[in-house]
Amino acid sequence: MAQITGYRRPMPGTQPDYLFPRYASTVKRAPTQPLVLLPHSLTELSGPVFGRDDLKPTDHDLTRQHAGEPIGERIIVSGRVLDENGRPVPHTLVEIWQANSAGRYPHRIDQHDAPTDPNFTGAGRCLTDARGHYRFVTIKPGEYPWRNHYNAWRPAHIHFSLFGPAFATRLVTQMYFPGDPLLPFDPMFNCVPDERARQRLVSNFDWESTIPEIALGYRFDIVLRGPDETPMERKRRR
Amino acid sequence: MSLQATTSQTVGPFLHIGLTWLICENLAPARVKGERVSITGRVIDGDGKPVNDALVEIWQANAAGKYGQKGFRGFGRSATDDQGAFRFQTIKPGRVPGPDGRLQAPHLAVNIFMRGLLKQLVTRIYFPGEAANAQDAVLARVPQARRGTLIAKKAAAKNGALEWNVSLQGRDETVFFDC
Repeated sequence: MAQITGYRRPMPGTQPDYLFPRYASTVKRAPTQPLVLLPHSLTELSGPVFGRDDLKPTDHDLTRQHAGEPIGERIIVSGRVLDENGRPVPHTLVEIWQANSAGRYPHRIDQHDAPTDPNFTGAGRCLTDARGHYRFVTIKPGEYPWRNHYNAWRPAHIHFSLFGPAFATRLVTQMYFPGDPLLPFDPMFNCVPDERARQRLVSNFDWESTIPEIALGYRFDIVLRGPDETPMERKRRR
Repeated sequence: MSLQATTSQTVGPFLHIGLTWLICENLAPARVKGERVSITGRVIDGDGKPVNDALVEIWQANAAGKYGQKGFRGFGRSATDDQGAFRFQTIKPGRVPGPDGRLQAPHLAVNIFMRGLLKQLVTRIYFPGEAANAQDAVLARVPQARRGTLIAKKAAAKNGALEWNVSLQGRDETVFFDC
């Protein structure tokens, strides 16, 4: 395997800036001093490894973590984790969390007037397989209000946290649902100017993973930063 | 094939639901070799208020300067409390090769996540009184006046106890990296 010398820098417009005043919480939390460019060394090219011992058998199925079944529409959320060179990212940890079907989180600061569900925590995790596939069974999350601006509502979403092979590939993102009418109004979804980058945050309805009589499937592929390859290396791989 | 990395999004205010299962504040049980250090600190926002909903992750080498060795994962995760405080007990890492091939000073790589950050902040923790800090290739890229924000301080009268605070904004703003 060719020695990795660094991970790619993002295509302009595809990753958010820290300061984004439409999302009000960024104003007091975004750095004001210029960032210092960090050349990648072994520190950033390596990263923690997680395995089956870290997980419980029901961690990937958010509908089976309590005594009863949660209320809401059961769905399958699956996809592949790839790097920017199109290579699968195998055996990497994927963590998710989400609101319940009524748009409520079981969290002390969530005061939204909607019911919690004793049969739904809304947290899951799994490892990708050898070809980068992951799969969760869950409930379609509800939309919920927040106080960012007048009449602000978050579109339905699932939070994703991924590690990838290196410190530099760590990614936290959110998956949205196709056709959600709240997407054009959501500052988080609209935090980058690149329209195609935004659309990649929206999952697709997926017949392949839909289970008859059981659950609709949504597909969400995730791309982590890829190793910066010299043209020479690329040629060699052809 | 050339794809583009998925756009980063904030962890939001409810991160604890999905991420606290992997809290790891004690990285080094007794059998792990190395000099014990405890690092505590607070995350402070632009109003000087504690950030009570941040997640701080560290990544480090073992005492011999090797990453990902059996028996020492090298990964830590701590969620801040109502005072904005996080904490780690670990070992001081050995020196690892730097971007120029020369050894770096001992350091921990840090990712910080919170509501209001659309992508994580990347920074580092270096150790006080370390001669190697003066030759470190990464520290050398940081304006001298701000380097101190990356170096932990000895906490008064406690053995091996270090303090390292994160100021998101203001006069003592911590140095963050474009990683």
